[in-house]
Amino acid sequence: MNMMAETTTEAKQVQPMSEPSFKMLGRNVSVHYGAKQALFNVNLAVRQNTVTALIGPSGCGKSTFLRCLNRMNDTIDNCRVSGEITLDGQDIYDAAIDVVELRARVGMVFQKPNPFPKSIYENVAYGPRIHGLARSRADLDQIVETSLQKAGLWSEVKDRLNEPGTGLSGGQQQRLCIARAVAVSPEVILMDEPCSALDPIATARVEELIHELRSNFTIVIVTHSMQQAARVSQRTAMFHLGNLVEENDTDKIFTNPDEQRTQDYIMGRFG
Amino acid sequence: MSAVQQNVQTVDWHSDAIKARRKSRYAAETRLKAYGLIAIVFALGFLTILIGSLTVKGYKAFEQTVVSVEIDLATSGFDRDKLMDANWKSLVKKALLEVGGAESLKKKEQKAYLDMFTDNAAYLVRDQVIADPARLSGKSSFVIPLSDPFDQLAKGEISRDTPEDQRRVNDRQIAAFDQLVAKGVVSKPFNWGLIFNADSRFPELAGLAGAISGSFWSIVVCFAISFPVGIAAAIYLEEFAPKNRWTDLIEININNLAAVPSVVFGLLGLAVFLGWFGLPRSAPLVGGLVLALMTLPTLIIVTRVSLKSVPSSIREAALGIGASKHEAIFHHILPLAMPTVMTGTIISLARALGETAPLLLIGMNAFMTSTAHGVFDASTALPTQIYIWSDSPERGFVSRTSAAILVLLAFLVLMNGIAIFLRQRFERRW
Amino acid sequence: MAGYVLMFLLAAAIVMAFAGAAKARRTADAVPGKTHSRPIYHGLNAAIWTGIPAFVFLLLWLFLQNTVIDHLVLSAYPGVEAMDASARSIAISEVRQIVAGNIFKQPTPEALAAADHLRSLQAISGWVIATVAFASAAIGAFLAWRFVGKRARARHSVERAVSIFMLLSSLAAIITTIGIVTSLVFEAMRFFSMVPVQEFLFGLRWEPQIALRADQVAGQGAFGVIPVIFGTVVISLIAMLVAVPTGIYSAIYLTEYSPARFRAVVKPLLEILAGIPTVVYGFFAVLTVAPAVRDLGTAIGIPAEPNSALAAGLVMGVMIIPFISSLSDDAFAAVPRALRDGSLALGATKGETIKKVLLPAALPGIIGGVLLALSRAIGETMIVVMAAGLIATMTLNPFASVTTVTVQIVTLLIGDAEFDNPKTLAAFALGLVLFVITLGLNLIALRTVRRFREKY
Repeated sequence: MNMMAETTTEAKQVQPMSEPSFKMLGRNVSVHYGAKQALFNVNLAVRQNTVTALIGPSGCGKSTFLRCLNRMNDTIDNCRVSGEITLDGQDIYDAAIDVVELRARVGMVFQKPNPFPKSIYENVAYGPRIHGLARSRADLDQIVETSLQKAGLWSEVKDRLNEPGTGLSGGQQQRLCIARAVAVSPEVILMDEPCSALDPIATARVEELIHELRSNFTIVIVTHSMQQAARVSQRTAMFHLGNLVEENDTDKIFTNPDEQRTQDYIMGRFG
Repeated sequence: MSAVQQNVQTVDWHSDAIKARRKSRYAAETRLKAYGLIAIVFALGFLTILIGSLTVKGYKAFEQTVVSVEIDLATSGFDRDKLMDANWKSLVKKALLEVGGAESLKKKEQKAYLDMFTDNAAYLVRDQVIADPARLSGKSSFVIPLSDPFDQLAKGEISRDTPEDQRRVNDRQIAAFDQLVAKGVVSKPFNWGLIFNADSRFPELAGLAGAISGSFWSIVVCFAISFPVGIAAAIYLEEFAPKNRWTDLIEININNLAAVPSVVFGLLGLAVFLGWFGLPRSAPLVGGLVLALMTLPTLIIVTRVSLKSVPSSIREAALGIGASKHEAIFHHILPLAMPTVMTGTIISLARALGETAPLLLIGMNAFMTSTAHGVFDASTALPTQIYIWSDSPERGFVSRTSAAILVLLAFLVLMNGIAIFLRQRFERRW
Repeated sequence: MAGYVLMFLLAAAIVMAFAGAAKARRTADAVPGKTHSRPIYHGLNAAIWTGIPAFVFLLLWLFLQNTVIDHLVLSAYPGVEAMDASARSIAISEVRQIVAGNIFKQPTPEALAAADHLRSLQAISGWVIATVAFASAAIGAFLAWRFVGKRARARHSVERAVSIFMLLSSLAAIITTIGIVTSLVFEAMRFFSMVPVQEFLFGLRWEPQIALRADQVAGQGAFGVIPVIFGTVVISLIAMLVAVPTGIYSAIYLTEYSPARFRAVVKPLLEILAGIPTVVYGFFAVLTVAPAVRDLGTAIGIPAEPNSALAAGLVMGVMIIPFISSLSDDAFAAVPRALRDGSLALGATKGETIKKVLLPAALPGIIGGVLLALSRAIGETMIVVMAAGLIATMTLNPFASVTTVTVQIVTLLIGDAEFDNPKTLAAFALGLVLFVITLGLNLIALRTVRRFREKY
């Protein structure tokens, strides 16, 4: 853990203090499920090549916001999103935006590992196949290999690529899902409590992975664990009752938050 | 870290290749959707044609072409006490010849003329008079159905444009028929006979009363057996039975029995109920027994599901205040599960009502010209009657078969309607 | 007689119910202290003891009396030793017809004597029922009456009776299965005693009509089941070719694409297809579909027979659509949402998600459903009885006429109640084949579906 903390601080020093470039921007985002409003006018910026952590007590709207970023909320029948979310300055809820392309550019990893009931290879190859990213079988093999390498899974599975993905351990399954997301070469990866179903060792492995992925991808992670947010993220946003309470550098949030509510939550007074 | 960085491929999402690919992906999506819609349209189109063609063919059988004939019974000199033996044939023949002005015709032509009316005209008049002897004292009007070919002619099913040698009515008969129509004695009232007559060889007289009574008694027997036994079995299996290999076997057995072809149940009924127990052939009792055995598995499954859906907190509440296990089940759980059970029962009975094959095997396709008054009387049932009529060559039976199907479907709609009503009105979701 | 006895038992049970309850109430008031069972249980107990034993006796008697009486009448019939089974059953049915008052020709004196014998036996039987039932009810009522008391455990007694009834009811399904198996096997064995098993199972000719003539019984493999099974398979395959794609595609559309309101209207409409009696489909097949198929055959230059396999198979397929549709629907619904989300989040279209993730994941469930549907198609009777042919031919031409196992069962048995010639008994052998095939399919299907459900 100590080592992890060190790498985190090191990473922060690498981050230049100049004008940050925003990858995604949410302005006045509100979400209704039927008559019930789940998110109230959230304004949040996601910086390029940064890990942004969304924290807050359960039911605070952090997952809802995350799912807005690649329009996974579209799959819920009575969900309505208002406001504006941009990706590289383009409104993702614009009619001209293709949701399939958007999700290829903004990938997602879920709370529970959800490998398809296919082989490990097929799981990773699925995305590149449907998007036509590989020109040949060799190309596809290459993509699968690099993706698994990036997910730190290659050495563990390279001899059994044809075995079902569901046969892996929980932590391996989650890294497989990350490899699956990475294989499409997304620009942003959304992670919805990716470690909540994993044991501590698997969690440490995934956290390490997130840290490595940051150089290539912009990452937004929802977590209910303060420690995890502190370990993996550079920016942290605190949600409460559907409102964005505060968003700042992770160091600042955990040492000297502006808002009393953030302080209370971090100190464990509610949540 | 930088090594990894170089490894990253970037995808130009706006390249032409990707755009073209996306277009074809969406085309595939649209195709899949279209297949789905085509499948639905095919299935529903078939349903529409089915119902539509039955209605078009069947609705005419709900009317019957009749002729009203005045008969003066006061001059007949029939003995009030010997009505059964009186010479009704010549009386009615005379009256029928009179109404069309055919008395002066030659014998052969008279016969061709009389073919226009149902063969049983004399018996119809006799039965009406016996039912109402007051008619003996004067002139009164009787309604005589036309025979099948002329019924069809009146309904336009037999075309006058067909060459004479290819239709069943000749030109002279048509002329006589037109004369009757011109006289205003021909009419097409609602065909109550279809519902209240028993079967007959003559389409114009054939009705469904026998089949309806047979179906009624069969369903009564089926309900009387399958309902209590089904509920009792379900309660035992759900609430009392230990979970062991024996109950597993019963469970598998019930699921399999629910999928055994109905004709096999017919074989069972034939061999066991008729062969070994010597119960009467064609009896609604046997039909009901066979249908009950068929319905039982479904009923047990439905009842178990509905018992399972009652929360165990209710059972615990009852046991907690000192009710016995039986009392908890019969006072609390069963009443709460009852709406679902009733719905399931009615739907199962509706299925049983439409079941044909097992009833054929136990002989419920007998030709019976009377209605069944009890579970031992030989009779047909609605579906077997449909089968018998569909096999009959007379043209009138084609539309009567369709009409009988419409009657059967009406019963099914009614039963399912009641089931849906019960479900929506009483069923609770936990 | 049985009806009166039944009414008497019912009345006695009701009277005893009230009397027992009243006595229980009196004893409860008369003696201080805690009563064990409420009066209603004493009443129910009395009713059960009064009515049930007599009722059970009555039922058994009704089921068995005909067999017993027939046996007695026959054993007294002159010259019975010389008769074979069919002559015996003709004799007994003639006697029964005389007793019922349906005399078609002048009966022989032996038959008349036997009829008198039968009448007297029936009268005796009636009195025996009445006496035994009455005695049993009286004894039961007396015992139950004496039983009523402050600490008497009437509730336990009632509950035990109810439990026994429930236990017996739960055995009904097992007994039915045993009944099916024994009756089929028993009659089939009789058939195999006339026609060798291997001839039945492997014979390539099915001509049961010929066997009506005594000298040709079991001759030249006229009872070979292969062509009949072949025809069954052809028609079932046509049905599945119609039903499987239609059912699965409509399920896909309804679960994944259709607006909720469209689904709410269309789904029940599809279910109607499953609720229409098969005899209706059969009539429709003969009257509307078969001529259409013939026209189609003429249009493409293949002469179609009036009762073509295509017409029967097509209609049967339509009947099965809702079955496959709703089972596929269940299978899709059982696939966890996480898989669907995982695929969508990678930028897959809905269609890609369905074809590449949902369908493979739901496949075991769908296959189970298809097998169940296949077993239903094989066992379906009325459509093929009305729309398929009677002659067993081995052809794959869908415009030709083939016959099926169920058609043969029905045609062999309609109008023929005597179980003594190979023609009728063949129906039971066919029934056994049908039962074994469908049972096998059902077992596999149910197991596949259960495994699939356990997985998710």
